[in-house]
Amino acid sequence: MNFKNARELLELCGSQGMNIGQVMVEREVTALEQSREETFQRMRRAYSIMKEAANTACQTPQKTMGGLIGGEASRLEKRRLSGTSVCGPLMARAVSCAMGVLEVNASMGLIVAAPTAGSSGVLPGVLLALQEEHQLSDEEMLPPLFCAAAVGYLISRNATVAGAEGGCQAEVGAASAMAAAAAAQLMGGTPEQCLRAASTALANILGLVCDPIGGLVEAPCQSRNAMGAANALISAELALADAALNIPFDEMVDTMLAVGRSMPAELRETALGGIAACPSCRSRGICKG
Amino acid sequence: MAETGIFDIIGPNMVGPSSSHTAGALRIALLAGKMLHSTPASVSFTLYGSFARTYRGHGTDRALLAGILGMNTEDLRIRDSFSLADQAGLRYAFEVNTENREVHPNTVDIFLTGTSGEEVQITGVSVGGGAVRITRINGVKVRFSGEYNTLIVRQLDAPGVVAAITRILAEHHINIAFMRMYREGKGDTAYTIIEADGEIPEAAAGEIRAQKNIHSATLITI
Repeated sequence: MNFKNARELLELCGSQGMNIGQVMVEREVTALEQSREETFQRMRRAYSIMKEAANTACQTPQKTMGGLIGGEASRLEKRRLSGTSVCGPLMARAVSCAMGVLEVNASMGLIVAAPTAGSSGVLPGVLLALQEEHQLSDEEMLPPLFCAAAVGYLISRNATVAGAEGGCQAEVGAASAMAAAAAAQLMGGTPEQCLRAASTALANILGLVCDPIGGLVEAPCQSRNAMGAANALISAELALADAALNIPFDEMVDTMLAVGRSMPAELRETALGGIAACPSCRSRGICKG
Repeated sequence: MAETGIFDIIGPNMVGPSSSHTAGALRIALLAGKMLHSTPASVSFTLYGSFARTYRGHGTDRALLAGILGMNTEDLRIRDSFSLADQAGLRYAFEVNTENREVHPNTVDIFLTGTSGEEVQITGVSVGGGAVRITRINGVKVRFSGEYNTLIVRQLDAPGVVAAITRILAEHHINIAFMRMYREGKGDTAYTIIEADGEIPEAAAGEIRAQKNIHSATLITI
């Protein structure tokens, strides 16, 4: 069982009576000849690494390599726990976890690139917040993770997930789309609704540039991961309410790639444009080693 | 290249901060270390392009050294690799080259000397998402990814050498995914690089080593 685009994926979901996560597992087992047990075991481990990273930074401020960030997640958690969060508990938790994973990443801690290290906070942020809100087991989080992998695979196959090629819309954009689809599947959405959530997430972030201060994976990457988590939750909400844009996912992926290609190199991870080039940032990110 | 699987997207599990500048750098150095047949005694790295400009903030230097020490991308000791290298008696040096703009932006040269006096010199490129390519071994242009079990044969460029290699692999029922030959010049030193789907047994490498005109056969098991 294999698929090259969202249209084929939806056909398989229909003909096999499976959700997106199930089709992705079948592809891994049949087309890539991986063992089913090992595939589930590897995903359990990935999720436990995500959880550990988020919780570590939510509890203890991390000292990062570049020193541009550090301590944000624990400050956000303090605010959330005080009950004064602007976003409400679910969104606030997603934001703290997403920011926390980036903090751990920047301090040479262990994370899961999903799909990249620079966008590694979005998926854990969304899934951990939903898991806690709905009191779900870790096992119940695996199918949405497989659904996220399917969406990431399609973006990676048919466009790009590299900031150097497509800007932040490709990295945090892909992570948002993956998390949006995962959230939609977790909340009982149909495969069509999952892909609509993913498509909406990409549409919302279309054109976002990659402009890391000092070339480091710290800022504005960290706060964009928080925004990516919010984008995913919003996009899932829109899709599940049938209130989302109706742009086929394959068209949205092509569009994201076309926009990425038309971005000047200064805005694709070179640290020469965008925020990296603003006067107060130009001298920052000089590494402390 | 193999098809993209679930854990190419939800993965790699890695010590941050960058899949290309940290995890990829480590993988290049890990491959370099596997090409040396003795314990590494000293290593020098030359960093180019983006590696040269941003290596400290990305921990590229610590990751490279960790790779030489044999750590994988998940190892939390990567951040302490300088002190671990000191403890292991491994000498190390880093140089940057920001002049050469011809190379891929994430390129590193690694010059490795073993306790036996054996030397290995490689060039590696981190191509994104933690994936890498080795592009040069001891001055000869090559290309392999380290994603497959790989056999690197150093040989004399002479008739019949490749035939002997493939015959031995066939006898061991090894399915070759990719195979390429690279040479310095006609009749000179050549490299045959074989990437296989399954495992390549050490016995096959041993038989290849015993053939005429073969200088060495190095197995890199993933």
